[in-house]
Amino acid sequence: MALVARVRAGDVAAYDTLVRKYERQIFRIAQHITQNREDAEDVMQDAFLKAYEKLDQFQGNSKFYTWLVRIAVNESLMRLRKRRTGKLVSMDEDVATEEGSVPRDFADWAPNPEQNYTQAELAEILRKTIQGLPQGFRVVFVLRDVEGLSTEETAETLGLSVPAVKSRLLRARLQLRERLTRYFGRKAPAILQAGATPSGDGAEA
Amino acid sequence: MTCTEFLQILDDVIDESIAVETRTEIEAHLRKCGHCEVVLNTTRKTIEIFRCHEIYEVPTEVSERLHSAIMEKCKKAK
Repeated sequence: MALVARVRAGDVAAYDTLVRKYERQIFRIAQHITQNREDAEDVMQDAFLKAYEKLDQFQGNSKFYTWLVRIAVNESLMRLRKRRTGKLVSMDEDVATEEGSVPRDFADWAPNPEQNYTQAELAEILRKTIQGLPQGFRVVFVLRDVEGLSTEETAETLGLSVPAVKSRLLRARLQLRERLTRYFGRKAPAILQAGATPSGDGAEA
Repeated sequence: MTCTEFLQILDDVIDESIAVETRTEIEAHLRKCGHCEVVLNTTRKTIEIFRCHEIYEVPTEVSERLHSAIMEKCKKAK
């Protein structure tokens, strides 16, 4: 709280420290939701500016980071809405599907399968894999598993109930696991050709 | 324990928020069910891979530019 209190007292340099502390996470979250580099850059700037301007409204009963993430998520959704010319964008999009809620592929993975790929190839695989998830699953997975928010914080940030977060998290994890098995399974061809994906990806595009 | 029951508590198993008595049941199930063992291990690995690899790299110069722009706007806002 010390940094936030200093910013409230007018210390802009303290806000500089806060921005440095969280800017990478906020950029990543915005990029995951908008899936667009320019939008993520704009969201990051707008979110930090908004947080600065509204710091008086920050209650202090949640962490500053959780509060900031909520602003960034809302800004990201607004940005998406603009791109889709006003069409409503919500956290509930495409989550009604039962697809991927039960594992189908039981092929074991090679030990440290990620080492079969270069950093760039691996990043491409992970991007493709996570981009294929419905929005409402992807955001829950990113906040909970990548950025390390608790289930309760994720629920609070997204305006969802705790059971809804748990249900989405399980399905996100299972779907990602299923998709990665195509690359990392012992029987899967460990080949990533430019522009090509293992069979099955096309159906989900 | 059945596979369906195991799947229902998979997240709790991964997040290690399982009661001690249930843990024994889980271990017994995993000893006889190779499929659930694979699902558990590969789901854990899935999370680890996403957590440990940066998939949206921000070059330092971009990061610096954005940082300066944010601070500039904040200074003007007050």
